[in-house]
Amino acid sequence: MLRLFLASLALLLSCVTASAEEGAIQPLLQEHREVIAKSSRKTIGPAIDAIANSSLPQAQTMLETWAAKSMWMRKSDGRFFVGEKADSKNYRLIDFDTGEVVGTFPKKELKQLKPNSGVRALIGTALVQFQLLDEDRAKRQAALTSIQRDPEAALLTPLRASIEQEPDAGLKAQKQRLERLLTIGYDADPAARIAAIEEMSGDLGVDVRATLNPLVATTRDVTPGAVPEGVNVAANLTPGEEGFSEAEAYDLLVTKGFAPARVTPDEVRLALAENIEGGTVGGVPVAQLDKDDARVRAYAALAEAGTVSPLVNPADIQAALAAHAFFETYAEPIVEVTTAAQDALDNIALKVGVNQTLDLTLDALSLASIYFLAAIGLAITFGVMGVINMAHGEFIMMGAYTGYVVQQIIPDHTVSIIVAIPLAFAVTFAAGVAMERLVIRWLYARPLETLLATFGISIALQQLAKNIFGTQARPLTAPGWLDGAWVLNDVVSISYIRIAIFILALIFLGVFLFIMKRTRLGLETRAVTQNPAMAASMGINPGRVNMLTFGLGSGIAGIAGVAIGLFAKVTSELGSDYIVQSFMTVVVGGVGNIWGTLAGATMIGFLQKGIEWLNPSNTLAAQTYMIVFIIIFIQFRPRGIIALKGRAAGD
Amino acid sequence: MQRSFIAKNPSVLIFLACLALFTLIVTVLSEGLGLGMISTSFIKTLGKTLCLCLIAVAMDLIWGFTGILSLGHFAFFGLGGYMIGMWLMYERTRLIVVESLSQAEIPPTSSEVVDAIGNQIFGVVGASEFPLIWAFADSLFLQLLLVVLVPGLLALVFGWLAFRSRVTGVYLSILTQAMTLALALYLFQNDSGLRGNNGLSGLQNLPGVEASQDVVSLWFLWASALALGLGYLLAAWVVSGKFGSVIRGIRDNEARVRFLGYSVETYKLMIFTLTACIAAIAGALYYPQAGIINPAEIAPIASIYLAVWVAIGGRGRLYGAVIGAAFVSLLSTWFTGGQAPDIPLGFYTIKWVDWWLVLLGLSFVAVTLFAPKGMGGLVDLWTQARAPNRHGADLGPDDSALREQEASK
Repeated sequence: MLRLFLASLALLLSCVTASAEEGAIQPLLQEHREVIAKSSRKTIGPAIDAIANSSLPQAQTMLETWAAKSMWMRKSDGRFFVGEKADSKNYRLIDFDTGEVVGTFPKKELKQLKPNSGVRALIGTALVQFQLLDEDRAKRQAALTSIQRDPEAALLTPLRASIEQEPDAGLKAQKQRLERLLTIGYDADPAARIAAIEEMSGDLGVDVRATLNPLVATTRDVTPGAVPEGVNVAANLTPGEEGFSEAEAYDLLVTKGFAPARVTPDEVRLALAENIEGGTVGGVPVAQLDKDDARVRAYAALAEAGTVSPLVNPADIQAALAAHAFFETYAEPIVEVTTAAQDALDNIALKVGVNQTLDLTLDALSLASIYFLAAIGLAITFGVMGVINMAHGEFIMMGAYTGYVVQQIIPDHTVSIIVAIPLAFAVTFAAGVAMERLVIRWLYARPLETLLATFGISIALQQLAKNIFGTQARPLTAPGWLDGAWVLNDVVSISYIRIAIFILALIFLGVFLFIMKRTRLGLETRAVTQNPAMAASMGINPGRVNMLTFGLGSGIAGIAGVAIGLFAKVTSELGSDYIVQSFMTVVVGGVGNIWGTLAGATMIGFLQKGIEWLNPSNTLAAQTYMIVFIIIFIQFRPRGIIALKGRAAGD
Repeated sequence: MQRSFIAKNPSVLIFLACLALFTLIVTVLSEGLGLGMISTSFIKTLGKTLCLCLIAVAMDLIWGFTGILSLGHFAFFGLGGYMIGMWLMYERTRLIVVESLSQAEIPPTSSEVVDAIGNQIFGVVGASEFPLIWAFADSLFLQLLLVVLVPGLLALVFGWLAFRSRVTGVYLSILTQAMTLALALYLFQNDSGLRGNNGLSGLQNLPGVEASQDVVSLWFLWASALALGLGYLLAAWVVSGKFGSVIRGIRDNEARVRFLGYSVETYKLMIFTLTACIAAIAGALYYPQAGIINPAEIAPIASIYLAVWVAIGGRGRLYGAVIGAAFVSLLSTWFTGGQAPDIPLGFYTIKWVDWWLVLLGLSFVAVTLFAPKGMGGLVDLWTQARAPNRHGADLGPDDSALREQEASK
């Protein structure tokens, strides 16, 4: 009666003083005062709905205040306010509707509303519809992200409502996509869900698969007799078939309570140990219990006496399995939806497969270019000159450390890389020339000893690097514009550093070809390689040419070192990680031919990625199998993929 | 004409006498049975060094005499160690397991014992089942057989593939290095069945032996000395006969030996397999003294060090290899063990732990350049038995002049 009176009074008042009370949230709050004050997850629903659907502008602030635990109730009249701490005992109350300070009240006259986490989640859901329509783009984005992270049926309606008014085209597309996904998961109408599934079929997004997968998730179930009606059966299972062993089937029976649990050997042992009486168990002496059949006999005797539960023998298991029907069910009850979802997933799987192949190809290309970079210096020193340089890896390492040192002096990453590349070339060129003059020159006729001498240099250089730079890895940071990745879709992506290395490898290929085919040095190098005595009699100085060629090969290794250091940690072992693979690349490709090196690097790169794909968890195995493959490959093409013919082949 | 083997090779007798004397002196000075002037750990070091000398003899056979620079012999060495390590670890774990299970009220069945051993051994790699390769681990005899068979078979298959396709020179070196790398990478995996990078450990404890390590280390020293003596004898016998002449011919000019009608590939394969077996025996004696074996031991770098020892000692003479291996590995232990005194330069103090490898690398380069005969060359100087100097002009960069090439050999 009183309420009716109040309501009519309110109506009257609203007519009279429209400007003061129209659009006020306080009456609404008063209407739900009890449930709001109680703040129980079970009963709060209607109140939050009423507030959220009131289309009042203050509703959002009010809900946010509530969730933030800064809403206070005045005990004297039960009205709700925003509470701000004035001093230790007094709180300043602010009206929701007018935003004006009502006054400062002592804490004991007020009650703070502390919604628990369940209620706060409900408030959060209600708030999403406001945030979806917020003027701030960042808040709308945040709301979308929160829906993506935690989708719920209740969010579908507000999301749909917000799409129309979305001004930002990008966000609108995101909202539409999310709406489709939520429709698949939560729409009440199966037809709408199937339509949405068909629409999203073939989409590569991880979110689509994340939405569809729970729909087709199955659980194994078992029932005595036939499969009941009204269950969305995915498959009928026969115990003993692929992927569903009889043991698994029986375990399922046990967990469902349809059959007694098997007695495991451990349980047998424990039961026997518990029932030792005077040196025997069930009439069997303890000393004989180290055989399985004796244990079974003793246990059977115990079971007969009723002290333990009997063993489940194989015949019982077979009978139990035959008496029950095993099947897999979908969690989703509607058959049409699961069929559509399965079709869509198959469709997606096909597309993902195609794209994964593309991604794998990109990965393999990138690995091939890394190997090519590491090997191209060797293609000159080993391939053209025939000098085995085991210290080649250490030249790569020197290049990487040069890059690191330059970065310590020049903090700007872009400039430091631009400085580091020629500097690394200069450093390793000098080192290569020094090595050629001091050591290799004396050993041209003794290739095996070149191998050993350069190996001696290699361990000395490695230890020297350890002494100077320490054993911990040093960072060589790529410039900012090389960060990130080129993302084609959710499956295919490749980092910019790898693209840069690919381009660098192409540039090196071009430089190598230019030097070898178009310059005087290249001509002289080829002449000296083929026949030093003849070249010398033509006026070429073989010593000088060898020195320069070796320096060039070493210098290129230095530049490769800078590039490799950008994605791998710079340590003193950096070079030795690449040396065997580099030699493999040159040998497999065919000595003395840059195209062979390219083919070798491509083959090794693709091979390694291919094997990794077959056995993704194990990169060590991939490397092992690759090396084994190469050893076998060399059996069939001992001179590599592209073998030199005729006189150039030497021998 | 029919002189005895010893008369033809007086160095063999001298070497065996030296080895016997060395073993006797060490035994007399040992902690376990003698005066206690040499610590047990140093006896183990000496025993390990003898094993390294044995593999150096094998390396000298294949490199110094046949001219095949194999960078894979440490892989065979490691495999031999793994094979004996499997038995040692299985048997020792079995004793412990049986001991602990006998405390239980019910005696264990044999399958329970095996399961418990599997749990103990493979717990570190998250497995408990015995892989197939452990099938013979419970039998010492079979496992000892495998010490020779597994590396021998690997060498046979690899060598057959490599020699058949006429991979020679540096290519073969790189290929053997690749084989070693592949093996090491394979063993590094946890599911390889050999405990991944944990390797096999606790090998110094002989199962069922109550004697203290002081005595056991001496046993191993004697066994290693015996193996080295026999291995040296075998190697000397192999290189002294016709077989030795043929493999030296292969080293000096493979094509000519082939044109003379010898099956070069068979000879190479035989010597490759034989040396692999010797290396495996050396490994099987080495790792029980070291106590632990893991895949890092097999890494290609170890095989290259082996080449370094032989080169420093002197290729093409068996005692050179032994001297090189003993000298360099003991020196290495001395330097890296922190026993060598630091050299203060005022502005910088040379710590040998850090600089030893630099010194080794550079001295290796120096030996290669200036003393290709290695330390064994000193013996030549001493006996005044230098070969007549047949060198002609300096060797040019052109290696097509075969006479010059012969001169350098």
